[in-house]
Amino acid sequence: MITTKDLTKVYRSRGREITALDGVDLHVREGEVYGVLGRSGAGKSTLIRCVNLLERPTAGTVIVDGRELTALAGRGPRAGGELRRARTRIGMVFQHFNLLSSRTVQDNVELPLEILGLSGRERARKALDLLDLVGLADKARVHPAQLSGGQKQRVGIARALAGDPKVLLSDEATSALDPETTRSVLQLLRDLNRQLGLTILLITHEMDVVKAVCDSAALMRGGRITEAGTVPELLATPGSELARELFPVGGQASGDDRTVVDITFHGETATQPVISRLARTYTIDIAVLGAAMDTVAGRQVGRMRIELPGPFEENVVPIGYLREQGLGIEVVQAPGAPGAEGTDGRDAAPALTQGGGR
Amino acid sequence: MTWSAMQPLLYAACLDTLYMVGWSTVYAVLGGLPLGVLLVLTGEGGLLRNGPVNKVIGAVVNVGRSLPFFILMIALIPFSTLVVGTSIGPTAAVVPLAVSAIPFFARLVETAVREVDAGLVEAVQAMGGSTWTVVRKVLLPQSLPSLVAGLTTTVIALIGYSAMAGAVGGGGLGNLAKTYGYQRFETNLMIITVVLLIVLVSVVQLAGDLVVRRLARRTRTSDTPSARWRFLLPR
Repeated sequence: MITTKDLTKVYRSRGREITALDGVDLHVREGEVYGVLGRSGAGKSTLIRCVNLLERPTAGTVIVDGRELTALAGRGPRAGGELRRARTRIGMVFQHFNLLSSRTVQDNVELPLEILGLSGRERARKALDLLDLVGLADKARVHPAQLSGGQKQRVGIARALAGDPKVLLSDEATSALDPETTRSVLQLLRDLNRQLGLTILLITHEMDVVKAVCDSAALMRGGRITEAGTVPELLATPGSELARELFPVGGQASGDDRTVVDITFHGETATQPVISRLARTYTIDIAVLGAAMDTVAGRQVGRMRIELPGPFEENVVPIGYLREQGLGIEVVQAPGAPGAEGTDGRDAAPALTQGGGR
Repeated sequence: MTWSAMQPLLYAACLDTLYMVGWSTVYAVLGGLPLGVLLVLTGEGGLLRNGPVNKVIGAVVNVGRSLPFFILMIALIPFSTLVVGTSIGPTAAVVPLAVSAIPFFARLVETAVREVDAGLVEAVQAMGGSTWTVVRKVLLPQSLPSLVAGLTTTVIALIGYSAMAGAVGGGGLGNLAKTYGYQRFETNLMIITVVLLIVLVSVVQLAGDLVVRRLARRTRTSDTPSARWRFLLPR
């Protein structure tokens, strides 16, 4: 639905060049909620502004719903008629809402409809429908100054939906809101995604936002995308930074001669009682050291750190069993174990060995 | 001089003053509003960024602003004759009044429009709005309270200028004060003229403030410039 190819944006000011985007390839599928995560200054804001060409990329292409927007742009800084028409099919919500204080809530929602050239009666009907959809039908006649932050963002969302867009861009839409309001606004976005089949590209610096609503995610750093994929894919990728951040597990081995294993659940297996089966089949005691499980996009996913009695050599068979179940397995090399001798057990971070010495 | 003798003089002078101020205000808005908006649009970070055009408009506005009204009025006599066919009377005075008020108001418009949140402009662009849409639906409505405050200041400045115009043949209260107060020592009439001007300026200021407050109340968050009590602007 949204594809960018080798998107590059370089700002020039007073002879200095700042590269905000450094060859970004983004692919957002139709009907999914895609989160771009990154610290401030990573280039995410520039990226989302390049998608509807509020910022002109220095190089690269942007394709939204099969149309190459970068080809419609024209040369000058002004947006031509074709680009403007394409923009009416792309909704956008902002961190600071950007509602007109001179207009009522209803008139704010009608604004994009005025641009589309609808008649007064059609505008009013559509605006009221949209306000009803976001749960603010009773606030149509008040001015935005009288609304709370969450309500303002709901108006912003209603306004963004006015042109029946297929794509919604969300620029840190929940960053100015408190945690509870954030949850309700995210829930609304999720509902709209399901009900209207709306493709949503959101940028955020909050991991929780990605966790709550995203089907796919990308991590941005220094103007580049360093990781991208669906949440289960990311979990299945050994060493994925996003997966570790999304599902952090901790916990130390309770003593020597123990094997610590990180298990990653992705896809179907999460619904099966794997751990208790393992314990029964091999009659071993299993201690759970830490776990982060969640339901992401309706599927149970997460990571768990368990401890098995005995050194690794004795546990090759149970670990093999876990691998057969389609789980991601990482054996955490305990400090003090062979190969890591001499380091003090407590403070040293456990080293990850992928696959655990096959 | 009796009240009955003064009354028709005062009445006619008031009408002349209102005529001059009224028409020059109309031209100030017609000329100053687009110029002020253009200054913002063509300026740094504006939607129609254009260095040369911005510099030219800025220079024209500055020239207009830097000439004292008295000198402008005399310098424009040939131009006034060309435009309205005469160089004396209220109609002729409207020409220099408008010429001086246009750049004055343009700068006030520029300041007001520049204060509009850039995020709102971005939002309308993201909806597919053109530059004209941005001006009509965002820049002007959002800066309306400041624009009205600026217009109030302009009208009051014009009342002051119109008295000066009157003194050199433009008619109005300025002319009255000169011919009767200065040349014939009619103190009573002079006092009444002063009182009339004070009342006129106060009414304009109060009306302007009222409108600004009305507009600001519904938005509440937008900041309104404090009332500027400019009675007369002798220059």
